[in-house]
Amino acid sequence: MSTTCAMPNNIVRTREQVFQINLSKTHHESVIALAGNPNTGKSTIFNALTGLNQHTGNWPGKTVKRMEGKFRFHDRHYRLIDLPGTYSLLSTSTDEEIARNFVLFGKPDVTVVVVDSTCLERNLNLVLQIAQITNNVILCCNLIDEAKRKSISVDQKSLEQDLGIPVVLTSARSGDGLDELKQKIEALAMGQIRPQPFAVSYPHALKEPVETMTSSLRELFPTLPNPAWVAMRLLDGDEKIKEALASPELLPSLLNNDSNLTSENRIVPSNPSVNKIFNMADQLSQSVRPVMHDLFVESLFEDAQRITRRAVVKKNGVRIWDNSLDRFLTSRVFGIPAMLILLSVVFFLTIEGANIPSQILADWLFQIEDLLDQAFNYLNAPWWLTGFIVHGVYRGLAWVISVMLPPMAIFFPIFTFLEDFGYLPRVAFNLDRLFKWSGAHGKQALAMGMGFGCNAAGVIATRIIDSPRERLIAIITNNFVPCNGRWPTLIMLASLFVAAAFPSALSSVAAASTIVFITLFGVLITLLVSKFLSTRTSLRGESSFFQIELPPYRRPQFFRIFYTSLIDRTLLVLWRAIVMAAPAGGLCWLLANIYIGQYSLFAHAANFLQPLGQAIGLDGVILLAYIIAIPANEIIVPTIIMGYMAAGQMTELDSDFELKQLFVQNGWSVMTAVSLMLFSLLHYPCSTTTMTIWKETRSVKWTVVSNLLPLSIAFAVCFIVAQTWPLLF
Amino acid sequence: MALIKLSELSYGQTAALKEIKINGIQRRRLLDFGFIKDSEIRVAQRSPLGDPTAYWIKGALIALRKEETDHIFVEIIKHDKVNL
Ligand SMILES: Nc1nc2c(ncn2[C@@H]2O[C@H](COP(=O)(O)OP(=O)(O)OP(=O)(O)O)[C@@H](O)[C@H]2O)c(=O)[nH]1
Ligand SMILES: [Mg+2]
Repeated sequence: MSTTCAMPNNIVRTREQVFQINLSKTHHESVIALAGNPNTGKSTIFNALTGLNQHTGNWPGKTVKRMEGKFRFHDRHYRLIDLPGTYSLLSTSTDEEIARNFVLFGKPDVTVVVVDSTCLERNLNLVLQIAQITNNVILCCNLIDEAKRKSISVDQKSLEQDLGIPVVLTSARSGDGLDELKQKIEALAMGQIRPQPFAVSYPHALKEPVETMTSSLRELFPTLPNPAWVAMRLLDGDEKIKEALASPELLPSLLNNDSNLTSENRIVPSNPSVNKIFNMADQLSQSVRPVMHDLFVESLFEDAQRITRRAVVKKNGVRIWDNSLDRFLTSRVFGIPAMLILLSVVFFLTIEGANIPSQILADWLFQIEDLLDQAFNYLNAPWWLTGFIVHGVYRGLAWVISVMLPPMAIFFPIFTFLEDFGYLPRVAFNLDRLFKWSGAHGKQALAMGMGFGCNAAGVIATRIIDSPRERLIAIITNNFVPCNGRWPTLIMLASLFVAAAFPSALSSVAAASTIVFITLFGVLITLLVSKFLSTRTSLRGESSFFQIELPPYRRPQFFRIFYTSLIDRTLLVLWRAIVMAAPAGGLCWLLANIYIGQYSLFAHAANFLQPLGQAIGLDGVILLAYIIAIPANEIIVPTIIMGYMAAGQMTELDSDFELKQLFVQNGWSVMTAVSLMLFSLLHYPCSTTTMTIWKETRSVKWTVVSNLLPLSIAFAVCFIVAQTWPLLF
Repeated sequence: MALIKLSELSYGQTAALKEIKINGIQRRRLLDFGFIKDSEIRVAQRSPLGDPTAYWIKGALIALRKEETDHIFVEIIKHDKVNL
């Protein structure tokens, strides 16, 4: 086996480039990393210390990117890094790499390992691993309130004694213990305490090879602070560690005291001697490599268990309502119906609740349009200016705000509530069998959940999926989850056309059911497309394993829900829509008012697209609107309206009734509405999502596929609907 | 006592983990979750569609597919009274 480093020697990359650790660190600033198992409250602590609003959520894998923030304590500045959760530093799986690389090579001044106090033994496994790499570790036993609820008590003193590192008990949500945490961070950063972490015992079978390697490493790298650990990793064949040892640029990150060594007096061992070490590792590990990982983890757990036994007292026989709730929400009989009912209730509340506020907002905003109109007239503004600003830009905005704001302001808080409660991973658990059938990963359901909010976020969330094949499938199909930019369109069409066919007492229920149906259709398409991709294309392959931790149900944090859903999600999305709607409104108006011959540009284009539109149950204006609105799905309906109005049919649109009139005058039927809902569900991702897909895959091919595949499906489905509808009704 | 597949363990039984016949990254992940020799394991809940199944191990609830639990071998150590 070749032992040279995979990196060509002539290209020297810095450790920042290799591991993407871009830290601008100033001298009087300490870097504090928050590491730990997934879902232990790292982001909650990050928010509490920095005052920022990093999103938290009750499911493993919420944070997939590294976040940075700052805080001050006793006039000292700290830079806090929130890392994605990781179960270990040994598994070398992609989703754990960010955290692992940072702890290993980013060399934070202090690493705070946040653990779940109700599940200490397993968490200590990671603590012990980190404490082998760096001495500057603080153990933060979070979720202490939950432990109390489960009658589990944790002995701080005993842990400190056994682990040899500072320990803090916290309850991040209420803020308990955070002051003590800050004090200990300070003490450690200033060098007032010097932890002497417990040295893990190496398994018997590994003792000899580890010792031999360790002494050779010590000779070659006298300043290496953790030679035994590096020896272990080399014996295990860890490529990243090899790369670091072989590269003069990366090496300092493994040596603790690079700061007081200038580049001249830093001894960089020559390549041959490094290679000798690698060869030695290969030879020594031949007999043990297949079992060494097991042996090592087993011995870590042995230590963890011993330490936990001394520190944790658990009263038995406490009944926890979580378990009973799970027996209902994921039960054979009620699991799936409960999920559907929950989904319907969410849509029902959204539709019913948004009705009146939407109306009030619309009245109000269109009154302002009249006033603006009068003001422009009064000022003798030229007709084209009034037209462009008031009837183009302003009207587009007014429409977007009145239609989108109320449903989002209701839907997002409810959705965030369910996310915070811990329901999302249960959905993945309930539906996994379907995903397995389709050759996709069960965690795809989590990414789809995030896609309900925003497909771009959904695409980023696919990072929790290990296998690149399954991750690509999840990325390509995320588009089939209707995002918030499409909800308002769906809700409006369902209310105006489908619900109208029912008695008014039932209309909201009918509209909600329609949306549930459309959503389920999206899930069906997701499964079929995944199946197709995993059996017929280069993404062929068996579904890999599904291993997910189901977190306990947690009482949602109302203030945070309110904040993340209203400020971060609703207003952000609305702002995006406004930014996009204004120019689109203007563009529409221009297209409609520049004439070539007898017709406007808009009419020419719409006429050109008319046959294609009609074939799929839509019309030329709708297709044109889809082209104009590529940047943002939010503005499809306003663009359609502007298109129709530009044709000079109607000027005022202050009620649903008049809106429907406008559509009907332009030849819409229930079929048009259904086709448009399907088209809206399927078509292609918005430009932001497309950018995100490109960033995540770095592949033009897959970015193109994720656009063209949905588009062809949209055309096919709508074509079938348009051709069969007249036969059925 | 004889070993059985983890997938054959039923609700209410407690077992000790004995052997994992899975390799590669999946094995490592299982180890990280605490699926090591002699760990106690209990069935918590089966998914409505019959698979996956959630297990209690080391105080956490971990869901695994049958493909995996068919290759994990355990020894039953205790039958609880099942009160549903
Ligand atoms: N009861 C209680 N809940 C907490 C506490 N700390 C965090 N939580 C909740 O635990 C869940 C997970 O919190 P996060 O901060 O998102 O966890 P994380 O460690 O960043 O998770 P990942 O990013 O997935 O690794 C959220 O629902 C929090 O509200 C605590 O001290 N007590
Ligand atoms: Mg987080």
